[in-house]
Amino acid sequence: MSLGNIRQGKLRLQKWYLATSDKERKKMVRELMQVVLARKPKMCSFLEWRDLKVVYKRYASLYFCCAIEGQDNELITLELIHRYVELLDKYFGSVCELDIIFNFEKAYFILDEFLMGGDVQDTSKKSVLKAIEQADLLQEEDESPRSVLEEMGLA
Amino acid sequence: MALKMVKGSIDRMFDKNLQDLVRGIRNHKEDEAKYISQCIDEIKQELKQDNIAVKANAVCKLTYLQMLGYDISWAAFNIIEVMSASKFTFKRIGYLAASQSFHEGTDVIMLTTNQIRKDLSSPSQYDTGVALTGLSCFVTPDLARDLANDIMTLMSHTKPYIRKKAVLIMYKVFLKYPESLRPAFPRLKEKLEDPDPGVQSAAVNVICELARRNPKNYLSLAPLFFKLMTSSTNNWVLIKIIKLFGALTPLEPRLGKKLIEPLTNLIHSTSAMSLLYECVNTVIAVLISLSSGMPNHSASIQLCVQKLRILIEDSDQNLKYLGLLAMSKILKTHPKSVQSHKDLILQCLDDKDESIRLRALDLLYGMVSKKNLMEIVKKLMTHVDKAEGTTYRDELLTKIIDICSQSNYQYITNFEWYISILVELTRLEGTRHGHLIAAQMLDVAIRVKAIRKFAVSQMSALLDSAHLLASSTQRNGICEVLYAAAWICGEFSEHLQEPHHTLEAMLRPKVTTLPGHIQAVYVQNVVKLYANILQQKEQAGEAEGAQAVTQLMVDRLPQFVQSADLEVQERASCILQLVKHIQKLQAKDVPVAEEVSTLFAGELNPVAPKAQKKVPVPEGLDLDAWINEPLSDSESEDERPRAVFHEEEQRRPKHRPSEADEEELARRREARKQEQANNPFYIKSSPSPQKRYQDAPGVEHIPVVQIDLSVPLKVPGLPMSDQYVKLEEERRHRQKLEKDKRRKKRKEKEKKGKRRHSSLPTESDEDIAPAQQVDIVTEEMPENALPSDEDDKDPNDPYRALDIDLDKPLADSEKLPIQKHRNAETSKSPEKDVPVVEKKSKKPKKKEKKHKEKERDKEKKKQKEKKKSPKHKKKKHKKEKEERTKGKKKSKKQPLGSEEAEAAGEPVQNGAAEEEPLPPESSYSLLAENSYVKMTCDIRGSLQEDSQVTVAIVLENRSSSILKGMELSVLDSLNARMARPQGSSVHDGVPVPFQLPPGVSNEAQYVFTIQSIVMAQKLKGTLSFIAKNDEGATHEKLDFRLHFSCSSYLTTTPCYSDAFAKLLESGDLSMSSVKVDGIRMSFQNLLAKICFHHHFSVVERVDSCASMYSRSIQGHHVCLLVKKGENSVSVDGKCSDSTLLSNLLEEMKATLAKC
Repeated sequence: MSLGNIRQGKLRLQKWYLATSDKERKKMVRELMQVVLARKPKMCSFLEWRDLKVVYKRYASLYFCCAIEGQDNELITLELIHRYVELLDKYFGSVCELDIIFNFEKAYFILDEFLMGGDVQDTSKKSVLKAIEQADLLQEEDESPRSVLEEMGLA
Repeated sequence: MALKMVKGSIDRMFDKNLQDLVRGIRNHKEDEAKYISQCIDEIKQELKQDNIAVKANAVCKLTYLQMLGYDISWAAFNIIEVMSASKFTFKRIGYLAASQSFHEGTDVIMLTTNQIRKDLSSPSQYDTGVALTGLSCFVTPDLARDLANDIMTLMSHTKPYIRKKAVLIMYKVFLKYPESLRPAFPRLKEKLEDPDPGVQSAAVNVICELARRNPKNYLSLAPLFFKLMTSSTNNWVLIKIIKLFGALTPLEPRLGKKLIEPLTNLIHSTSAMSLLYECVNTVIAVLISLSSGMPNHSASIQLCVQKLRILIEDSDQNLKYLGLLAMSKILKTHPKSVQSHKDLILQCLDDKDESIRLRALDLLYGMVSKKNLMEIVKKLMTHVDKAEGTTYRDELLTKIIDICSQSNYQYITNFEWYISILVELTRLEGTRHGHLIAAQMLDVAIRVKAIRKFAVSQMSALLDSAHLLASSTQRNGICEVLYAAAWICGEFSEHLQEPHHTLEAMLRPKVTTLPGHIQAVYVQNVVKLYANILQQKEQAGEAEGAQAVTQLMVDRLPQFVQSADLEVQERASCILQLVKHIQKLQAKDVPVAEEVSTLFAGELNPVAPKAQKKVPVPEGLDLDAWINEPLSDSESEDERPRAVFHEEEQRRPKHRPSEADEEELARRREARKQEQANNPFYIKSSPSPQKRYQDAPGVEHIPVVQIDLSVPLKVPGLPMSDQYVKLEEERRHRQKLEKDKRRKKRKEKEKKGKRRHSSLPTESDEDIAPAQQVDIVTEEMPENALPSDEDDKDPNDPYRALDIDLDKPLADSEKLPIQKHRNAETSKSPEKDVPVVEKKSKKPKKKEKKHKEKERDKEKKKQKEKKKSPKHKKKKHKKEKEERTKGKKKSKKQPLGSEEAEAAGEPVQNGAAEEEPLPPESSYSLLAENSYVKMTCDIRGSLQEDSQVTVAIVLENRSSSILKGMELSVLDSLNARMARPQGSSVHDGVPVPFQLPPGVSNEAQYVFTIQSIVMAQKLKGTLSFIAKNDEGATHEKLDFRLHFSCSSYLTTTPCYSDAFAKLLESGDLSMSSVKVDGIRMSFQNLLAKICFHHHFSVVERVDSCASMYSRSIQGHHVCLLVKKGENSVSVDGKCSDSTLLSNLLEEMKATLAKC
């Protein structure tokens, strides 16, 4: 399963849960973008592509896509996309595309806290956000005691 | 040095951070590639610096570029550097970069093993978490093998956050290293009942994924899952479990019966569409797997169909789509329940969403019956006309053909109608499926003999209007139908009304613009037509007419001779010469028609696509054997086998039938007739293909067909399929009347005892007889064709390796390999501890043996006078030896056999089940408790941090109040200090980083620095907290004493016997011993206890004697020799510090006394 945000042919985020070579990844992304961008509004959110099912949803200028296997449940995948968008929204505070572009690593961290190896890690939004916040806190602790002077070796 | 650092930091101020890079890329839209290559150069510079912060920043930027599609594989090593940074900020970035860019081909990936192991055992849960997340993306078979045991340990981590991640990643580990599945499975199963819902759901996820691929190994878990399903309220988990049951039921039908009820309950009650959809899907799957025809389940099917109808009627496109999708699954087994919703499905054909229309089309495919086929196709034809966009129209076209041709034209009652439909389809603009239509035309014309006359008339009309089809280049695809038309008109030319007219149509100059392969067919079939006309003319005695036709051929054929297509040219010039020859003969008034006709005598029979594959290999034929040896000496030899082969091949079709046993043939024919009698389409017997070969090819074999005269055979111009619909209705009506009549008659006849129509199959709902009595010729198969189809299983399926029986007991050889010099923390529970210590990979065993042998040889020389060969390296001490022999004499369980054999005995793996298992124990000991809170703690040393121990305190809230503001104050002693946050004084309490709601427990970890570890010591401490409930808040305290035993300073460190022996030999260890009586516990469990409570590992074990090793956090070596007598145990110890040793032995004595 992979997940990406696509807009006007620009990729904003991608995550692969199956080992794939770089070349194959690029090819798949390109193909998927074409397929999804060609969909008209008001079409349903599912399409069959290669031997996978693609579940996508558009939020403002961004398309969120998941490629899932034949047996997977489309509706829960849609729910999953929505959950992720909600998480982004909570974290950034009404998220916009620029947030994701400029803080792409944060968007990944949230995704990693939410999904792992393609499986949902935690179904509770609260606990995902809590984990992210605490990890961020840890990061700040890392950074705060380091003044510029200290770093220069003068302190 | 300082200067360099200053320089680095100043540089850093001018470095671009990620934001700058993103902004830069956005500002350089025109020359993005150039800008980025410039950035990459800068990044390369940054990566060369020593400052880790600069590196991390560079790696972060690279990760962004990687997403944009730039190759960053060259920076893999730098990524690893950043991964191993001690600061979480950088580590996080490093792991992110690795997870995005590493894959199995990344060669430096093996360098990460130790780093990941270190992070996995880090005291910070976020370090562990980030390592697990990263690993889940790039785990390779090697990493999986090396780290499987560490991850397995993490599955029992105290923090649910880690447990959950560890459980999830196990799935990836299993995929990469299937051997780990069996050893890890029991623990994974345990996690299904984990108190934390997140961990539980993770375990459900993993097991469901595993079970979906290889369900049969997980049947035994069904009761457990059943319990979970009826108790869980989490829809995500429910969906997984239900999916799992879907996979299990085909293997265990009883399960299906049990499932139906809870599933239907869920369908009734749930408001979540995703869950409803999953339930419906599973119910369908279950009902399919249950033997059909169980009347009591029709209610469930009805319920599903009803719910699906609601979905399809919903305005949400997604639900509509999925409803149709699920409906098509029901259709396969319960077509009747779906067919009643035909109106709804047809409505969906008008939906504005193409994917929904396509789904509806799929459904229609399964919904057709003899009754409604014409109606449905008519509806589809109107859609073909309306459809915008060629892709959808093409899809419609293929669907129409699929629908009509399915199961051997089962639903077609009127082939004329079908031919008209096909001809109508040729008028589609810009379709790519001309060849599909052509194939259908050919198939129908060849196999439905009754229709040939009609088909030929339609095809000749097509040929006549060929210019319409071939006129625009855009219609290139459709001109393929001319291929079929030409062939049909040629092959069945005897049915042509005006053969001369058709011949002229086929020889038009325009034909040369058609594609080569079509022209070739034209040329060939022109001759067939010509032969036919010639015969007609000659029979009628019109010699002039015959000559005129020949002249026409001679005039027109040269245009094909000039063709650029080789095939066309060759055929045309050949035929031209032939025709010229005929012309000469005609000039001499020689009748030629008969001879020309024999060129095309005989009938072509359709051959099944798989026929060749199904020819059984005759006995004695080895297909892999060389027909010609690749290097043969002489040419003559070379030729012989080829000739033989050739001959044989020629002989086969000719001679086999006559060789075949006549009886057998008769029997087979009889059987076929029987079969045909049961099929409404085989009303008349068809001669067996073999027979046709034998008989002179003749027209008499073309069946005389009764054709319903109500259908006009001659349709002027191109047909309109619509008229058939009306006709069909009339016909059916008539038929019905007739049948009623017949029924009456039959009743009368029955009395006489004879039934004319007894062989006619009676179908209750599809009583419609075909309009023409048609014979669909079956495709030919070779005799003795093997009925079985090949196994389609894909040998490369990655999930196949996970098809492992999980119920078999675990063999020693299957245990997970452990790294020998791992410095990971000791594990926390006995269940874990025991296998960790005992499992040894095979390599060291070999080494050990070798070493032992050497040792033995040495000692043999030394102790020649003594006949006893030494059993243990450590046994240089006389005292020890005496004791051992004593112990031995006492014990009668000793196996017989020479002592030498004993000495060579395998080091025992005390993980192997032996006698009664130890009850599960916890390393956490009670610290203090009161009515509010219970404190348990575990003290762990770690080799990484010198002189530091981690105290993990689990606080469990036993009251109904919320506990908050918890603080831990510990009075430091001179020897032991608590590590406090910077700036806080010794007297300040250390806050507990969490609050405890009622009934919840959590763990806090504190680090203590110990100066001297040779003595045990106790620290006084107090836990203060605020207990808050509805009535108010109270301030409470709980005193405790932290007991640092000497054992808690030891860390489990594996040691090999060779190293162990050296240690003992070195002689700088002081020794001491202790003996405890009255022990009944088995030696096995005894060792496990020592390992668990005192952090030792077994070096070697022989019978009731074992050597053990451990190491203190300050690097003291502690060696033990444990010997068990009948009722006593003696422990001899050696250690680099005598005080430590004596204290340790005292502690051990206390432990053993409890046994």
